[in-house]
Amino acid sequence: MSDLKKIKEEFLTKLSRKLDISEINQIKSDLFGKSGLISTQFKKIGTIAESERKKFASDLNIIKDELQNLIISKINELESAEINKKLEKEKIDITLPERSFVRGKIHPVSQTIDEISSIFSEIGFSVEEGPDVENEYNNFTALNTPENHPARDMHDTFYLDEKKQKLLRTHTSPVQIRTMLKDKPPFKIIAPGRTYRSDSDQTHSPMFHQVEGLHIDKNINMGHLKGCLNYFIKEFFEVDKIKMRFRPSHFPFTEPSAEVDIGYEIKDEKIIIGEGNQWLEILGCGMVHPNVLKNVKVDPSKFQGYAFGIGIDRLAMLKYGINDLRAFFDCDYRWLNHFGFDPLDVPTNYRGLSR
Amino acid sequence: MIITFDWLKDHLRTNLKEKNLLEQLTNIGLEVESVESLSADNELFKVAEIIKTEKHPNADRLKVCDVNIGENEIKKVVCGAENAKEGLLTIYAPPGAIIPKTKTKLVVAKIRGVTSYGMLCSESELNLSNESNGITELTEEFRKNIGKNYFSKSKSNLIDLSITPNRPDCLGFRGIARDLAASGFGKLVDLKEKKIHSKNKHTLKVKINKEKGQGCIAFGSCLIKNVKNSESPKWLKDKLISIGQKPISAIVDITNYVMFDINRPLHAYDADKIEKGITVRNSKFGEEFIALDNKKYKLESGMCVISDNKGVLGLGGIIGGTRSGTEFITKNVLLESAYFEPGSIRNTAKKLSLDTDAKFRFERGIDPLSIEDGLNKAAKLIKEICGGEISKIDIQKIETHKTKKITFDPNIFEKISGFKISLKEMIKILEDLGFEVKKDKKKLKLSVPSWRPDISQEVDIVEELVRISGYEKIKYIDPIKQRKKSTLNKFQKLFHFLQRSVASKGYLEAITWSFTDKRYNDYFRDTKKEIKIINPISSELGVLRNSIFPNLIMHINKNLDRGFKDLSLFEIGPIFNGSNPGEQNTVVCGLSAGKKSRLSWIEKDRNVDVFDAKRDLVQTLVEAGYKSEKFFIDNETPNYYHPGKSGRLFLNNGKNQIAAYFGEIHPNILKEIDIKTESLVGFEIFMENLKLPEKNLKDLKVKFSFSDYQKSERDFAFIVNKDVNAQDLIDSISSVDKSLVKDVKVFDVYEGDNIPENQKSIAISVTIQSSERTLNENDLEKINNLIIKTVENKTGAKIRS
Repeated sequence: MSDLKKIKEEFLTKLSRKLDISEINQIKSDLFGKSGLISTQFKKIGTIAESERKKFASDLNIIKDELQNLIISKINELESAEINKKLEKEKIDITLPERSFVRGKIHPVSQTIDEISSIFSEIGFSVEEGPDVENEYNNFTALNTPENHPARDMHDTFYLDEKKQKLLRTHTSPVQIRTMLKDKPPFKIIAPGRTYRSDSDQTHSPMFHQVEGLHIDKNINMGHLKGCLNYFIKEFFEVDKIKMRFRPSHFPFTEPSAEVDIGYEIKDEKIIIGEGNQWLEILGCGMVHPNVLKNVKVDPSKFQGYAFGIGIDRLAMLKYGINDLRAFFDCDYRWLNHFGFDPLDVPTNYRGLSR
Repeated sequence: MIITFDWLKDHLRTNLKEKNLLEQLTNIGLEVESVESLSADNELFKVAEIIKTEKHPNADRLKVCDVNIGENEIKKVVCGAENAKEGLLTIYAPPGAIIPKTKTKLVVAKIRGVTSYGMLCSESELNLSNESNGITELTEEFRKNIGKNYFSKSKSNLIDLSITPNRPDCLGFRGIARDLAASGFGKLVDLKEKKIHSKNKHTLKVKINKEKGQGCIAFGSCLIKNVKNSESPKWLKDKLISIGQKPISAIVDITNYVMFDINRPLHAYDADKIEKGITVRNSKFGEEFIALDNKKYKLESGMCVISDNKGVLGLGGIIGGTRSGTEFITKNVLLESAYFEPGSIRNTAKKLSLDTDAKFRFERGIDPLSIEDGLNKAAKLIKEICGGEISKIDIQKIETHKTKKITFDPNIFEKISGFKISLKEMIKILEDLGFEVKKDKKKLKLSVPSWRPDISQEVDIVEELVRISGYEKIKYIDPIKQRKKSTLNKFQKLFHFLQRSVASKGYLEAITWSFTDKRYNDYFRDTKKEIKIINPISSELGVLRNSIFPNLIMHINKNLDRGFKDLSLFEIGPIFNGSNPGEQNTVVCGLSAGKKSRLSWIEKDRNVDVFDAKRDLVQTLVEAGYKSEKFFIDNETPNYYHPGKSGRLFLNNGKNQIAAYFGEIHPNILKEIDIKTESLVGFEIFMENLKLPEKNLKDLKVKFSFSDYQKSERDFAFIVNKDVNAQDLIDSISSVDKSLVKDVKVFDVYEGDNIPENQKSIAISVTIQSSERTLNENDLEKINNLIIKTVENKTGAKIRS
């Protein structure tokens, strides 16, 4: 038997035994180390007769490969057995709870304001704001509600001084005045914000939210007003059809004025918007009174348009089935969690107002 | 304004049903608030007499009354009214009755241990008036009615209309009927009141003083002598009761009837109680009189009073006085029909907090030409019912009514309403409403009816025309989906970003009132001015908030009481610095209480701490686009924070404006408001102090550069005095070479063994990387030495060997 064959037989036998990793490494070094058996054989190649050299080299390479592969696979086998053994010990009860997390929420009023802004954004309205503390002029007089006008009784006003010159705004309409005084027509704005009236019971809160709308241009008439509100209500309630009714009313700052009702019905204790024979008042609106335009130095013979005011809290209540206004400002953790929205649910045009 | 269809039919001929009426009223702007059926429910309310009262054994304020409800039936009723006494005639509601005001159904109930069978009602509970002081007191006339229904059977429902303040003419049946007729709902009944032709002299002299601010423009009156006042006839009583009014006596009932019927308030005086004629004048400061509500009023100067020689008889157009009031024994009556200036009425009524049916009408504007009609109608009824002789009518006035004229361009109608109606139709509507219309070339010359104080310009005419033709005729013009200006400005975008960023860190958004309790506000007011509300809804809501913390703490506390332990709330909204418009700032305020990972099987409990608040604050600002490496933080904070565990954050070293505070709430405050939690930390971001980004995201994203050369991390441990801040070390290291020092991280802070007292060890890891080449040992050694030297020089630190 040639040396090569002997080496092969001997080591195949050795490798067929059960070996641990150090034994295998020993074998590896016995064969392929600096003075290992295979390494030594390679050094011999030059001394072999030329006629036999080619075959010897070829045989040697084959044996080398065979043994080498076998060693590698043995090592792999052992290593993975080792890992498997370790994993066996590492098994845990995966049904144990995850590390705790907390979810924050966006208040339904904030979410509703974002929904409203998103809808009006698409038809070209931009958002304006004004201060919560207003002067008497912007809140009343400029809006064609002079002192001693009985319409002031409809606003139970919080005052900050005895002369009643400074007050908490009773509606978002003073933002109309500020906007028109600041810029030149045309105007196309909405103004959401906090409003205040000294009224507190089951259905009234001393603070609530309104959104004002104002569109002034050369030929804006009541048809535009009706179309705009119809569009808004449909989009807001995410329904295809809406039953809407305009009925005459009175606000000192608009003429003609209207209140808008939407049709609804109660099905399984839930309010369904857009169907049924019941009417629900949701907003007031009208054509901006020429006296208001004059007060803000806009020429009513050239410009005209509409304004509207909507109760935001009320819209949120209707859309999300909230039946107690007072709860909005009560900060009950359970309530906020239940009616709040995930901060990632941003109302947008492209993905819709809500999920 | 409460009406019934039956009464309305006195003025309107129609075959239409009540259902149509309700619809049409709303369609023309006379909104139906509610419809209530009187008949069925109210049959239960009986006239009754209290025959005995005893003190309630278990309650000082309550009485146990034996009540005679007719046919020898006596009921025991527990009653709290002070005026409940033996012999009083009143109104009794049995168990099962529904109280009109509260809509609650009565049941037999034990009140403090004594069983009460039914209830004795106040006028306010029956919606008869606002009088809620005590139970209803009926006159002797009702004695014969004991056991009978108080309310007469009525087929007509009570229709409550919400009349807008611009329509005083619709505070009477006549005006409502006129509007309905104009809109095509029936035909207006012609009711020309016949004039009184009398030869009797009016012997009582009336004078309106011509003085500055005189609130009475005209005062019409007539004298009716030798009347016999009595209870009203059934038809009149029924009429008043049908709209929820309480009959008093024929003379008073007649004046009320005329007021509701044609919206003409009147007042009846007992002429014999008037001393030497009437003077209408401004009141003098301090004058007093007792009004018909039995209250004494002390007047300021300049209020319009009706007076005689002895003093004030009544407040013109608001309320009469007891001294000259009519009684059943009144023989001679002076009937007043006047015109008072709305502003004057309103001022006086407001100052005295008085509200009456007459005031409500005069302050909105009564038809100045209805003075005579009112006198004619009422005087004739008095004569019919009470007998007597009517005198000539006397009208004193200081101004004559001028008819308002408007030139109306019919084209304006379509320009504003967006739809068309014919000229013929326009003229018909206006004439039906009482306008006189004359065509003048392409325009209409209009005379405005005297009962419409609300109409003064063309747009008012447009409103009338749209209203009567019907709002359903207005077209829908779809909005155009086009945007010329961005929807939100940069500040608003930042607002929305911060709001959602804070929420995403586990905070629930709260919206709380802009006002708060002074006591709580004071804890967080710091050096700010207190802003009082003059007329707060309650003393606990008396000031505008100077900080959001007072409300958040209050609500955190309430939630702790509800049994929650670990809470995070935030609010984004205004705080106030002064009482002028604009003296407010927008603040994002977060507050966390309790622990992190309470009762967790995997994580250790720990209290929320200042570094949680700091993380939420810094992360929020970083997410919003501010660079944390530029932040400057020190520990100067307002007194409501824990002095040692709180910080102030600036967006950069310039220390221009305070961007935020964060920290533990001062333990003294927690003690004072008795809040039971392991820990309470918060932060405030002052939005106006955040610099708005000048660049858009698209401009910020342009260049992307990074270094692929090897980076090295070197650790240093410095020993410094305790009062040296970690930030000082970080800043010193960063300043060594901005192009090489990429990151500086504090990974350990140690005090104690092996460290001298008053000193601490801070361990810092520094990442060093060049963007030009791989640094060799030599380079690194150089920069190491430089770092050590710089830190030692700048902060007095010593490298730990």
